[in-house]
Amino acid sequence: MLLQLFWTYLKVGTFTLGGGYAMLPLIQREVVDYRRWIDETEFLNMIALAQAAPGLIAVNSAIFIGYQVGARHVPTRWQGSRWVGLYPHLAVAAAVLGAVLPSFVIILAIAMVFSAYSDMPAIEAVMKGVRPAVVALIAAPLLRMTLKANSPKPFREGGVLLLSWSLASALLIWLAGVSPVYIIVVTIVLALAVTALGERRRSKQ
Amino acid sequence: MIYLQLFLSFFKIGLFGFGGGLAILSLIQHEVLAYGWMSEKEFVDIVAISQVTPGPIGINCATYVGYTATQSVWGSVLATGAMILPSLVIMLVLCKVYLVLSTRFADNAYFQNTLRYLRFAVLGLIAAAALLLITPATFIDRWSIVLFGAVFVLTILPQLIHGERPTAKRVLATLSHPILLIILAGIAGYLIYR
Repeated sequence: MLLQLFWTYLKVGTFTLGGGYAMLPLIQREVVDYRRWIDETEFLNMIALAQAAPGLIAVNSAIFIGYQVGARHVPTRWQGSRWVGLYPHLAVAAAVLGAVLPSFVIILAIAMVFSAYSDMPAIEAVMKGVRPAVVALIAAPLLRMTLKANSPKPFREGGVLLLSWSLASALLIWLAGVSPVYIIVVTIVLALAVTALGERRRSKQ
Repeated sequence: MIYLQLFLSFFKIGLFGFGGGLAILSLIQHEVLAYGWMSEKEFVDIVAISQVTPGPIGINCATYVGYTATQSVWGSVLATGAMILPSLVIMLVLCKVYLVLSTRFADNAYFQNTLRYLRFAVLGLIAAAALLLITPATFIDRWSIVLFGAVFVLTILPQLIHGERPTAKRVLATLSHPILLIILAGIAGYLIYR
């Protein structure tokens, strides 16, 4: 079972290009349709949890699946043993290692080679063309993400205010050099405070 | 000493990295530039390499930064491990709560609102990441602006076309794939600057 988990996530990690969200359909096919480790509803719960927790969605999903599978499919020789509680954690380790290993190895190889050859004029010429393209690739998804952030209630329930907070945080990081960490912390505190106020108002009515 | 800094930085990135790869990029950028582990130019190069290689962008960046900062494999191991550690602890706690209660977090107002607010903050983080990378090192001449414009338009075009023309949409969607765009930009760069 540990090997199966490792192998499944190794496959997912090797064949997804472009990060976490691109991974989700592949994970669904492997884990829900093929291995039948969890069902459709649990998969949706997993996405919700993986997005809510900090960190990479791909890694968070590997932790969730590893834990669920490990907790449910304890091998017979582990059952009744003193170390039975350890098994789900081993499953988590196997899944996470599988998810991370392919990128780790490939990038490490590139880092070693690229740092030796980055001074070559041909490579530098290629990178001069690539750099502005990368900036565009970071900026372009903002349009769709802005619409999505507003999606259930377009520009209502403080949507405009929240968008000005997006703008303010962009300016604070860009011009004032504020760490994004502070933006995240302030956002969470703000959200909890506003919710608490709203709940209090509702209970008074 | 550099190992301790690397660990603390990437632990922080893992702990506050909400909203997926692009948002985490903003945190990595801040730490990397603050410590002077690499220049803006090098950082953009790493993002480009992360986009065209398999796996989550965050892992790719951590591994690469870890190696360049220390010139050792252990730097990569440490940075990647430190970034995963907070997820590991928090997700395991959430999994245990989930297994015991089977509660639907999704219905909780605090949970819902925090996620919604974070989505907006993440917009600001990503915008700042892009703005910070518009420097004389990355935008060297008019061609840079042309390439930026071309990639930007090709990426948002498929989102603007609605229904009606499935073939046109599919062609555009294929053309707007980030990996293809980076390769094309690289070829253009080679032809212009060699």
